[in-house]
Amino acid sequence: MISLNDFLIVSAVLFCIGLYMIVSKRNAIQILIGIELMLNAAILNLVAFGKYDRFFNGGQMFALFAIVLAAATTAVALAIILNVYRQYKTIDPGRIDKLGDE
Amino acid sequence: MSLIQALFYMMSFIALASALFVAATKNLVRSIFMFFVTLFALAGLYVLALADFVAITQIVIYVGGILVLILFAFMLSGKETLNIIAQQRGKFISINKVAAFLLAGLFLLVLLNTFFKVDANHLGWITGSVRANNVITSTSAMTENIGVNLMTKYLLPFEAISILLMVALIGAAHLSRKGEKQ
Repeated sequence: MISLNDFLIVSAVLFCIGLYMIVSKRNAIQILIGIELMLNAAILNLVAFGKYDRFFNGGQMFALFAIVLAAATTAVALAIILNVYRQYKTIDPGRIDKLGDE
Repeated sequence: MSLIQALFYMMSFIALASALFVAATKNLVRSIFMFFVTLFALAGLYVLALADFVAITQIVIYVGGILVLILFAFMLSGKETLNIIAQQRGKFISINKVAAFLLAGLFLLVLLNTFFKVDANHLGWITGSVRANNVITSTSAMTENIGVNLMTKYLLPFEAISILLMVALIGAAHLSRKGEKQ
């Protein structure tokens, strides 16, 4: 039997890898991948705790909702990234420093 | 050590190692493809947590949808994206990375400390649900139960998320159209 602590440790490490990617990377696509890693760590926790709710499936249900939300977020974020690339010819967040009317 | 534990350790090792590779590598294409491996290993972990429906959804939506979207965005955004990474290649340790590493490491310490203090296996509601026989076992089929619950108890979140999905779809299509002004 796998204990809950094992799942928690794996998800904590995944979350911190995602956090590292978000802070250190200088490419919007890699930052997006970091966000996806953090979301997946959260989903792993939801699923691991959802094992203890057989009648209502709360954990699994909200894991499904989180996956759908991640898909929606990614679609919008990638559209934004493409627009930013068209405007600035770069997707380094550090170099995107102008407002729309400048 | 039983087989299921061995599988758990293998899956979590694959997931963590490929995630570390994604974070460490300089090659963007390779990191995207290693992210693919991470997602598959995570789907395996969901199966081991007895959530087979979530695992299938993970493979269909994440691997089939999100990853292809990310690859599309990468291919469409031209070679400027690779130039940024090539510029970084010279310096091994930058201040940026040290700060990020410190932040992630300290956060990991805080999280692990909390987990060991909380002792999740003996939380009140978990022992209660074990006593009430409310635990998913490896023989119980959950897909039908999920479908019934989705249409009864979780109908409001389901509708809210479908509206949000439609809004995101229209927004993404609106954002990525060709501009008429230029």
